[in-house]
Formats: sequence, C-alpha cells, structure tokens
Amino acid sequence: MATTTEVDLLDLYEQMSVIRGTEKAAQDLFLAGLVKGTTHLAAGHEAVAVGASAALRPDDYVFATYRGHHHAMARGAAPAACLAELMSRATGLCKAKGGSMHLTSAEHNMLGSYAIVGSHLPMAAGAAWSAKLRGSSQIAVAFFGDGATNIGAFHEALNLAAVWRLPVVFICENNLYMEYTPIGSVTAVEHPAADRAPAYQLPAEVIDGNDVLVVRDAVVRAAQRARDGEGPTIIEAMTYRHFGHSRTDPAKYRPADEVEQWLARDPLLVAKQRLAADGIAADRIAEVDARAAKTVADAVAAAKAAPEADPAEAFTDVWADGGAQWRT
Amino acid sequence: MADLKTPAQATAPAQATTTYRESVAEGIAREMRRDSTVVCLGEDIGAAEGVFKTTVGLFKEFGPERIWDTPISEQAIIGAAMGAAMTGLRPVAEIMFSDFLACCWDYLANEIPKVRYMTGGQVTVPLVIRTANGGGLGFGAQHSQAVENWALTIPGLKVVAPSTPSDVVGLMASAIRSDDPVVFFEHKGLFASKGPAAPPDHVIPLGQAAVIRPGTDVTLVALASTVPVALSAAQALAGEGISVEVVDLRCLVPLDMATVLASVARTSKLAIVEENPYQGGWGGTVASIVADEGFETLDAPVRRLAAACVPLPFADRLEDEVIPSVRTVTDAVRKLSAY
Repeated sequence: MATTTEVDLLDLYEQMSVIRGTEKAAQDLFLAGLVKGTTHLAAGHEAVAVGASAALRPDDYVFATYRGHHHAMARGAAPAACLAELMSRATGLCKAKGGSMHLTSAEHNMLGSYAIVGSHLPMAAGAAWSAKLRGSSQIAVAFFGDGATNIGAFHEALNLAAVWRLPVVFICENNLYMEYTPIGSVTAVEHPAADRAPAYQLPAEVIDGNDVLVVRDAVVRAAQRARDGEGPTIIEAMTYRHFGHSRTDPAKYRPADEVEQWLARDPLLVAKQRLAADGIAADRIAEVDARAAKTVADAVAAAKAAPEADPAEAFTDVWADGGAQWRT
Repeated sequence: MADLKTPAQATAPAQATTTYRESVAEGIAREMRRDSTVVCLGEDIGAAEGVFKTTVGLFKEFGPERIWDTPISEQAIIGAAMGAAMTGLRPVAEIMFSDFLACCWDYLANEIPKVRYMTGGQVTVPLVIRTANGGGLGFGAQHSQAVENWALTIPGLKVVAPSTPSDVVGLMASAIRSDDPVVFFEHKGLFASKGPAAPPDHVIPLGQAAVIRPGTDVTLVALASTVPVALSAAQALAGEGISVEVVDLRCLVPLDMATVLASVARTSKLAIVEENPYQGGWGGTVASIVADEGFETLDAPVRRLAAACVPLPFADRLEDEVIPSVRTVTDAVRKLSAY
C-alpha cells in the first residue's frame, strides 16, 4: 500500500487541476469555433485517471475510451499536444488524425482511446497476455464507462482474462449515465461492472471514484494482485460528469439535486479538503492552482500558435512503411 | 466446387508433394522456429490441432506457452491478438470459419486497420488473422461464404488468399513477418489439394501476383479456389485453339494491378473469376482499374464470373449452380475470345 505524503497529494491535486483546466479550455475552444467534431469531456472524472496512474509503473499499459483526455494527460501526454490534436494542428498528439476521441501516447504506453464502446477491453487483456508471455511484470489497465458493461466484448474480455489469469485491471468509471440514459434503467444489476465479477470468479471493488487517494489505493491493490500472478480485478469507481455526454448534450436529464450533490463531491474539492485536513496552508494550494492555470494557459497558447495539419499527412501512416499504397 | 483440381505446376519431378492443409501448419511452424514472439491463439487449435487440421504438430512442438486454445469468443480472440500485437508479440489468430469474422468485425473494420493511422503512426499491429474461407463443401450459408471481399473494403488491412501449398508457406512467411495486419484466407476447398512442397526459406512478398500459365488470347484473373478452376478452363480451351493466360492474384491488398494490366495489354481481353458474390466482389475493383487505366488495351468488355447473389445453398447441386465452375468459366471465355 502506498503511503500518502503531502507532496503526493499536492502533486495529484495539481495533475487533476491541469486536466480540469484543459477540459474547460477544450470546451471554450469549441465554443470559439476552434475545435471541430465532438468532444467527450472528462471533467469530474479526474480522480480516476490520476489516482490510477499514480498506482502504475511508467511501463504499464493503459487503454481508454473516447472520453479519454484525462487518461492521456494522467499518463504524461502534454496538455498542449492534446489541445493541438482537438484543434486539428500539426503538433497534435496524433498528428490531427485522431481527434478528441482517439488521444494516444504510445511513448507513455497509453495505447489508445477507442470510440467503439467496449472494444478495448479485449485489447487490454491481450496486452496483459503479452506482458505475461514476455515475463515483463507489466500490467494492463482498461478504463471504460458503465455503458460498456452491457456489450459482449466486456464479457468476452473478462472471461478470457479470468481463464488465462492475466495481469489486467478493469476500471469502470461509473458516472451513472449511459450517454443520456440512467445506467440503472438498462442494466440488470445495481453495479454494472462489479456485480458481473462473480460470474467470472473475479474480485471486485466499488469505490469512491472522486477521491484520488481511494482510487490510488484500490489500484495499488489490484496492480499488486496482477503482478503477483493472481489475475484480473474489477474496480468500479463511482464518479460524475460535469458536462454532458458529448458537446451537444446539455445533460438536462439529470435531476438538479443529483447534480448538486455530486458537484459538492467534485474530486478537486475532495482533494482540497484532504489537503486542508492534512494542514496544508491555503496559500500553498493557491500556488498550485496558479501553476496549473499557467500550464493550461501556456498549452492553449501553444496549440493556437501551432500550424494547421499538412494536407499531405492524410496519406501517411496507413502502413508500417509510413505510406498508404495499396496497389501497384 | 465439384471440379476443384490441383493446379498444374511446372516443377522438377523429384520435388516432394504436400497438401495445402499441411502447408498451413508448416508455414506457421517455420516462422515460430525463427521468431520466438510468434504465438498462436484460436478455438481448438492446440491439443485438438484445429478442426481443419491446419495446426497439426504445433502444440506438440511449441507447447501451451505459444499455442493457446481460446473460448468461442471471437471478439476476445481478435481483440486480445490486437493488444498483444501492439505490445511486442506477433500473434497468429485463427477464426475457424471466415463467416465468423462477422462476430468480431469491429476489430477488422474499426480497430486493427485504423489504430496506426488514427494515432499518427504511434502504434504498430503485426498481426495475422487466419481463417478458413469459401464453399464447395456443402456446409450451408453460414459456413461456406467466400468473404475476402469483406476485408478488401477496409483500408488498412492486407488481404492474402493463396492457391497452392507452396504459396501458403511463402505467403504465410510474409504475412507473419509483416508489420501490418494481414487477413489470411485459407480456402476450405483447397485443404486436401496437393502440390510441390515449399523449398526451405520460401518467402513470397505480399502483393506479387503470379502469371501461372502464359497465353495470348484472354487473361483470366483468379484467386485461391478459382485458380484451379481457371487453370482447368484454360487447359480445356487450349484444345480448341484458345490461348488463355492465367494470373493468380495471391493478394487483394496489396493488389498487383501492374501484373494484371501488363497481361491485359498482351491479350486485350479480360475475365475475372471470383468465388465471392458478384455484388461487391473484388473483381469489381480489378475491373474498374482496368477500365480506368487499361481501357485502350481492351478489345472486348471485361467479364466477371462471380458467385450468384444468393446465400450459399446447402445441396451440392444447388451450390454448384451458385459458384463459378470450370464449365461456366470455359463457356464465358470461349465467347469472350470470339468477341
């Protein structure tokens, strides 16, 4: 179990602040007409990404969903590269070929954000299988939404990972809504991920996904199990979106009191309360807030200043030779 | 295909012969011996040695660390293979019948061919998906389809479909060594066919068609099961004084149109023999390129001989009606020659 120090928590708080600021910037840039297509903002989910990441080794694999900005940044992707990707700039994380839904930072073993619900759970199992066969003691983590638990690939991945005893952690970000629909109204069990675990004889935990230390500690336990050869764990982290499902969704279907309740449990507030309880002075927190704001402002400026993607890039990176030739 | 025959080969008489089926396992085994990162996964491929016996000997030689039996979970098989391919292995995944590709089509349509591109080249997926394809064995509509055209529709997949035992080994070597994802169609109707065994270190680059019978009057372009059909038709027509050139495409991606266009430039007439349905079949792509780039070399309309646009029926007499046969190809080429 990791021990908590002030520095740890301040650092995690700063990471979450940067993600929050970047997500807000993404929203503003969209409203300013600088981000096209769609975005699925992760504001509110920061503690899941940052807490989990704090429990992982740099060489562990992470697979995320189309709501994945926080995972890319938590693993080390620069906010400027993420925003540049959203803004179709040449300096984008994926050379402006992926966009918001496919942020990937392979240099950090963050191996992709996938926009077909549930598709990446088998991939994470496969990365874990690879790590096991290579004897690398790496683990793989798949982050997914509550909506993914009703798709076949979720169940196929859990079964395969269980029977092959793979070093993989399945982390559900349960934000109560499958797009616009309450997950409870379309799911046969109360906890869409954790309640399925017994069917595959897998251990599961339902945790407070808005408390970064709770997340970190749960993932530390699960990662240790995986590295010890004890197989997969399911973690269901309860959390809440601060924005709608995607940029076109004002999320009016959510009751006001529910929203209020969850905003009071904002992961940044929870961390701040913990810091205050630990006796961290308000001015130190303010200092971190200011630094995070500057990081985000610098990222926005860098992304805005970056050149548009070169049209020639449309015809690169199909094949491993870098090109796109399919015929003679 | 009632009239599937082993293709005629110009080979040294002393060369050993083998079956297409055995060549699948041989091709995989050769690559597994030279590269410890090659691993196999699929349903019944281990101790059971494959329902088509295309993995015979692999489990015995390489053991459970490299030959993995899976549940009937096509999404898990291909998704896990993809994840493993992205992280240092070269998985060879089997989908038992190509019809079942539909169960994991997300991975072939949305994930595997796109991940390199949409990450700006950050990720490499050196993966082979092997699958038993095609009809002629009376398995009915859900176990008999020729679906190579499905894979052809998706930029980012390489598509291989060998016609001879030796080509199976040579193309398997290239497929497994490829840093790009490859869908490798093994034709069920060819498994029992025999031909010369592949020489040691046999590697056929992807995207090189073969002119397997030279001719001057008509070019017949064929793939996998339709290669022996085309060769039989060419042989029959030779007796009537019609000289047919047969091109075995071997791959749909990369598509060796240079060889096809050069052949059409020599013969000025083209017929394409496909087992997949006419609607959406790969011959449409070949024909359109010839129309675009080889129009001046043509002296007759391009003919496509493909499966009828119906689900594959069960009874032999019905199935024979649907899939191009030596008779239908011979008749069509005779007419084309006289055009």
